Amino acid sequence: MMLMKRREFLKFGAAAGSMAALHGCAAGGSKASGHVVVVGGGYGGATLAKYLRMWSEGGVQVTLVERNPTFVSCPMSNLVIGGFKAIEDITVSYDNLKNKWQVRVIQDEVVAVDAAKRSISLARGGSMTYDRLVLSPGVDFMFDQIPGLNDAAAQSRILHAWKAGPQTVALRKQLEGMKDGGVFAISIPKAPFRCPPAPYERACLVASYFKQHKPKSKVIILDANEEVASKKDLFTKAWADLFSGIVEYRPENEVKDVEPGTNTAVTEFDKLKADVLNVIPPQRAGAVATRSGLRLINNRWVDVNWLTMESTNTPNVHVLGDAVFPAPVMPKSGNMANQQGKLAAAAILNLLAGRSPNPAPVVMNACYSFMDPKSAAHITSVHTYDAATKTMQPVKGSGGVSAARNEIEAKFALGWAKNIWADMLA
Amino acid sequence: MKPLPSTVTALALLAAAGFAHAADPDLGRNLAATCATCHGTNGQALPGAGMEALAGMDKAKALQKLNEFRSGAKPASIMHQISKGFTDEQLDLMATFFAAQKN
Repeated sequence: MMLMKRREFLKFGAAAGSMAALHGCAAGGSKASGHVVVVGGGYGGATLAKYLRMWSEGGVQVTLVERNPTFVSCPMSNLVIGGFKAIEDITVSYDNLKNKWQVRVIQDEVVAVDAAKRSISLARGGSMTYDRLVLSPGVDFMFDQIPGLNDAAAQSRILHAWKAGPQTVALRKQLEGMKDGGVFAISIPKAPFRCPPAPYERACLVASYFKQHKPKSKVIILDANEEVASKKDLFTKAWADLFSGIVEYRPENEVKDVEPGTNTAVTEFDKLKADVLNVIPPQRAGAVATRSGLRLINNRWVDVNWLTMESTNTPNVHVLGDAVFPAPVMPKSGNMANQQGKLAAAAILNLLAGRSPNPAPVVMNACYSFMDPKSAAHITSVHTYDAATKTMQPVKGSGGVSAARNEIEAKFALGWAKNIWADMLA
Repeated sequence: MKPLPSTVTALALLAAAGFAHAADPDLGRNLAATCATCHGTNGQALPGAGMEALAGMDKAKALQKLNEFRSGAKPASIMHQISKGFTDEQLDLMATFFAAQKN
């Protein structure tokens, strides 16, 4: 029965694809139609899937391939690690995408992209054709950069918790199991990495937990960067005001290796043995993007045309979110992936209708970080397309950070989460 | 840069619309979509989440608020920084879009 359904479904994909080709010729291109396959149902892919359906009023068929059964949010996941929220609070179902927006959601993984045939192959078998393919795969970890962490056993002990889900819960359990007087060490890779303020927020929320429940314990931040990569003054002040004697910040301390047997982080000149060791490895675009022939920058991030988010060397394949080589001062954030999803949705609908994409797209970012469970601060920026440099540039005079951490923005942070999850998935 | 008087702007927009490649009719929709991460899809913020709904907001009222955020006349936690990222014409398109949405 399952197989039967699956075959019918795959046939649907092919049919929708050829229908679109016919429509494109016959109608001369005024209304968008066709089949868009989206890989990855996170902040970028889920937003794009919904907006393609909403803005085309059902004219465009959308298939979303996602490996997980539900969406679990990275933003707010540090609240779970600190013990202030449950994993259920940051988990959202794909049911509305399926039932309300008629997105065909299939739980699977893409094993290959054939850009010449405009076709993808799935891990559980079968293939599917597309008019446009959108990859929103997030990041993969470069475990080979940390040799001791380059096997499954080490990775089950030394967690990243940098993709929300089972690792989030597991890291929380490690912290709960830690004795008072223990050391939690978190290592941060060189930028760019997913969500620049988030490691420092995690340090704050783990320190909040320690302050309340395990006051003799310490949080040691091993940062490969020269300084705090985002909201520097706000975090530095929070550590001094709220977590003096708990948080210790060590810049230019890149973790080069680990000794998993003893939870030891190895830096260039030093070793640190922790009770709970949380290593955030260096990152690159998710594998489906890096192994599909798309042009990469620094062999890590996908080069895109910012008017369409289309790969600069592979026609009809668009890439969103953390996997993309970022425009100047553009963060790898969930909010930014959401905005890129809408930019790409608008462009794809124009292209499928035979029109040019909007020549002046705008995206904005708003990221809240908790400094403790009751106070937060934001960073925001607005970016607009610049034809001269062919990239998105920050709008002069716009953007900034909070003047100080405050309680109202802790409420806004939660309000942001509820609204953006609804914007993607409701 | 000094903002153009609105009549001149309107004429310029009309002129632009007269060219063979007419302006993208979805500009207002696209710009308004940038607000949705906090203010909800089409400005329909989730009730009880503490964010202001923009759907159905009178256009003149919306523009007045945005201009007060930009000038600093209206205190804000974040909107003074975001509103400065958009031109007068962009804000006008967004306010027009939101005014036409069901609240």
